[in-house]
Amino acid sequence: MVPATPLPTDALSISGLSLRYDGPSVLEGVDTRIVKGAMTAIIGPNGAGKSSLLKAILGLEPATGTVRAFGQPVARAMDRIAYVPQRAAVDWDFPVRVIDVVLMGGYRQTGLLGRITPALKARAADCLSRVGMQDFASRQIGALSGGQQQRVFLARALMQGAELYLLDEPFAGVDAATETAIIQVLKSLRAEGATIVAVHHDLSTVAAYFDRVLLLNRRVIAEGPVANTFTRERLAQTYGAGLVMAMPA
Amino acid sequence: MPEFLALSLPPMLIASLAAIACALPGNFLLLSRRAMLGDAMSHVVLPGIVAAFLLTGSASGLVMGAGALLAAGVSALLIEVIARRAKMEPGAAMAVVFTAMFAAGVVLLETTGTDGIHLDVEHALYGNLESLIWLAATGPASLLDPAALAALPEELPRLAVITALLALALWSLWRPLVISTFDPVFARSQGIPTALVAAGLTAATALAAVAAFQAVGSILTIAMLICPPATARLLTRSLPAQVAVSLAVALIAANGGYLLAGYGPPLLGLPFTVSASGMIATLAGLMLALAAALPSQAAPARL
Repeated sequence: MVPATPLPTDALSISGLSLRYDGPSVLEGVDTRIVKGAMTAIIGPNGAGKSSLLKAILGLEPATGTVRAFGQPVARAMDRIAYVPQRAAVDWDFPVRVIDVVLMGGYRQTGLLGRITPALKARAADCLSRVGMQDFASRQIGALSGGQQQRVFLARALMQGAELYLLDEPFAGVDAATETAIIQVLKSLRAEGATIVAVHHDLSTVAAYFDRVLLLNRRVIAEGPVANTFTRERLAQTYGAGLVMAMPA
Repeated sequence: MPEFLALSLPPMLIASLAAIACALPGNFLLLSRRAMLGDAMSHVVLPGIVAAFLLTGSASGLVMGAGALLAAGVSALLIEVIARRAKMEPGAAMAVVFTAMFAAGVVLLETTGTDGIHLDVEHALYGNLESLIWLAATGPASLLDPAALAALPEELPRLAVITALLALALWSLWRPLVISTFDPVFARSQGIPTALVAAGLTAATALAAVAAFQAVGSILTIAMLICPPATARLLTRSLPAQVAVSLAVALIAANGGYLLAGYGPPLLGLPFTVSASGMIATLAGLMLALAAALPSQAAPARL
């Protein structure tokens, strides 16, 4: 379905990516590509393996198959990739301030023993302003609303200065203001040449937010531009027939 | 004054160092919800020490410390294996391993006459602080007298080294430790070897447990590992502040507990003293209760 050889326009080229634990397969031979400079939504029903796909791409799950990022094995391109996990994956009671979380994004730049410099702090403050959270720098992370937390996590990703952003449900459980703020930041990143991939649930906003979709249900159903890929037939294939009735034409 | 130098100063210094050594990794055990691991490590130290003594016949601190660390490593492996093979939750696996190993240690200790060295059940359980005295001290001048200093309890320099090592490790690995405790998945995406970090924390806990064994014994070590950080957790909002406050609480508990145990009952006109390690743990618990009664400084629960 997709050429096995990476194209120069690919941010990611994935072939034969499979993942299973004890039970049924989570991912079955995923072959696909993520086009450089585009915003791609990963869409599929619950249990389709969307979050697992992101983690498998990053080498955080024991998957088989190959993933190349910018033409290199993904492990060698990790400093060009930023990952925003699901909010639920974090301990919100942890005694850490907003600015400390953002500074974690600078870890690769400072290294193991590196200290936090004033320049790094200034850049963290910039990243916070970009997501509209500059007034919350000294707040404890647990005292923020869900949407505010999500913006802080996006700021941490910005801090990494990556070219490819992988976001796991960035709009889940956030307020409307946050959703607008996040999509604006993502679009400005794309304008700067970055590639965005987001696991997305709200089918009604796919066309407005994204350039491309990757329809996933353990294997790839389709990947392509929203206009000709995000169709009733493809969605029926992805979700099963029941959902299609509720879809806009 | 000579009496204080000879009888009280060494135990207080040793208790202080042990309390600091425990509070440092304790902060991260607490935050990664692995406090139980502290309990496990402090208990498996006992069979390690006894086995090392029986195998080598040496009562040197170094040999017994090595035995304790080895036992800690073996138990950490066992916990991992049992949790995976028996599909048991980690807390249950820890409880199984450390109670079994601790019981084996007690049996080993009781059946093999290890009289004459400081290895009897009571000391192993409750510590041996009061006996760590400095008979060479004759006055303040002894503090500058190399010959007298050489006669300090051997536990003191050993604990100083362990505490310094733990502090150095924490200071230099602060960022990867914090990141992998807060957000392990993100940490791995940043190339931080989180499994290695967790193993390092286990090793640090084992080292602290070995250190504290001399001061407060097996059973009460967990109080030193967890009470000061838990108290600090309730009083602070940032992690550096939490660690700093936990060290202060640890020092207050260690020294206050020792002084209360030795001087409290006589001041009240009572003809006895009480166990220093018991008082230290009690004071640590009281401070935690007091902090819990105050309005929390930690983040309010989100609605």
